[in-house]
Amino acid sequence: MGNVPSAVKHCLSYQQLLREHLWIGDSVAGALDPAQETSQLSGLPEYVKIVEVGPRDGLQNEKVIVPTDIKIEFINQLSQTGLSVIEVTSFVSSRWVPQMADHTEVMKGIHQYPGVRYPVLTPNLQGFHRAVAAGATEISVFGAASESFSKKNINCSIEESMEKFEEVVKSARHMNIPARGYVSCTLGCPYEGNITPQKVTEVSKRLYGMGCYEISLGDTIGVGTPGSMKKMLESVMKEVPPSALAVHCHDTYGQALANILTALQPMVICKHNGGTYTVNP
Amino acid sequence: MADHTEVMKGIHQYPGVRYPVLTPNLQGFHRAVAAGATEISVFGAASESFSKKNINCSIEESMEKFEEVVKSARHMNIPARGYVSCTLGCPYEGNITPQKVTEVSKRLYGMGCYEISLGDTIGVGTPGSMKKMLESVMKEVPPSALAVHCHDTYGQALANILTALQMGINVVDSAVSGLGGCPYAKGASGNVATEDLIYMLNGLGLNTGVNIYKVMEAGDFICKAVNKTTNSKVAQASFNV
Repeated sequence: MGNVPSAVKHCLSYQQLLREHLWIGDSVAGALDPAQETSQLSGLPEYVKIVEVGPRDGLQNEKVIVPTDIKIEFINQLSQTGLSVIEVTSFVSSRWVPQMADHTEVMKGIHQYPGVRYPVLTPNLQGFHRAVAAGATEISVFGAASESFSKKNINCSIEESMEKFEEVVKSARHMNIPARGYVSCTLGCPYEGNITPQKVTEVSKRLYGMGCYEISLGDTIGVGTPGSMKKMLESVMKEVPPSALAVHCHDTYGQALANILTALQPMVICKHNGGTYTVNP
Repeated sequence: MADHTEVMKGIHQYPGVRYPVLTPNLQGFHRAVAAGATEISVFGAASESFSKKNINCSIEESMEKFEEVVKSARHMNIPARGYVSCTLGCPYEGNITPQKVTEVSKRLYGMGCYEISLGDTIGVGTPGSMKKMLESVMKEVPPSALAVHCHDTYGQALANILTALQMGINVVDSAVSGLGGCPYAKGASGNVATEDLIYMLNGLGLNTGVNIYKVMEAGDFICKAVNKTTNSKVAQASFNV
């Protein structure tokens, strides 16, 4: 760093710096400096969809129970940021997740802005029907790549959970409601430790096969690094196309952005019969 | 850093470990050598405003001072490292061109610095700007003589470091516990945490030779001493059982 200057008060505010000088504040292409318009890193996707899970995955892990009206205001604010997908709540028993006990009121209370999608978690058929009754038009199911985590988190084995999800996803598709599949513990499990890429692939393939339009691969305890992320994705992408994949990285060990950058970059996939091909996410 | 001489004289210099010190001018250099320093660093900037506000002289004037220091150092077989700050943005000027960074880096390398550490001083860089800057600098300075010094003010440090590694850089600066804040952004974090960096490198199967647990212990020690919580996410995750 060198010496700390005394003239710090003359430096640019962060808003000036980011907006006017470094062109980072706005995501619109026109706001970029012409010299930076071309994709900075070759092979990166031109558009990245950000799925905001703060109101559900985020709040779920906060100790303070947030009042319903605050949750609604929070989601309404997020709806005005340009985000195209905001996960609203989880139709799970309040016994298990007290923070999500007001799922119906929140779902009914938010303003559904045009162009924004509002998926909700539905662990079983009962939750699914409640969600639809409350106005949900997109749902998610939440599996795991670890047997121990599955049993401890949703009280059933991976196989049992897949059977439940089949019912939910089938009903959803019948009603033209898109279903997203989550796989947790893809890069490590708090109970089992190491999780093989093959297991992640197996569960992902199952969810994709039952009709989930997208599979979100979660590094649930944030233990992954670019190395393990790459290995896991190379395995999953043999069975599920990258266009149907998402990553859900926890930042427990500060690795999230590096892991996400890895997921954004092109990967070389080995074909079953030998040879390779490159995928650009 | 008022106790520089006492600290330099007081530490135990373990074999296989190098202990560089910053020496902004000849006076500092001679004091450092007298205190037992065997490696020195000089600290330049890619921004005129930052140079003037930080070390009270223009880039050109600073380079002339550093020439004297590096020349004396080389004369005494003391390795000299060159730092370039504000390589991805300046708190006064905003945007910094890769060409300017290259110019300053080339100058430091040319005067005899064995390595040039490219600093994202206010942490505004992202993988895109890191790549552009490195592509420019590597035209004049070989990657084997380059290092990156990323601040984590906007949480981008590990992603930026990963990008640099992919381009062939294999020397990375970091601070245990992510010590240091940012004088330009109140409340912001500073250096990237050594623990978090080692975690990523270990996961990539890259050999650093550094024991992450011992680093965390040292981090815990210093955080208690300065009465602050660690900025390292790895340490936060590890100490919260």
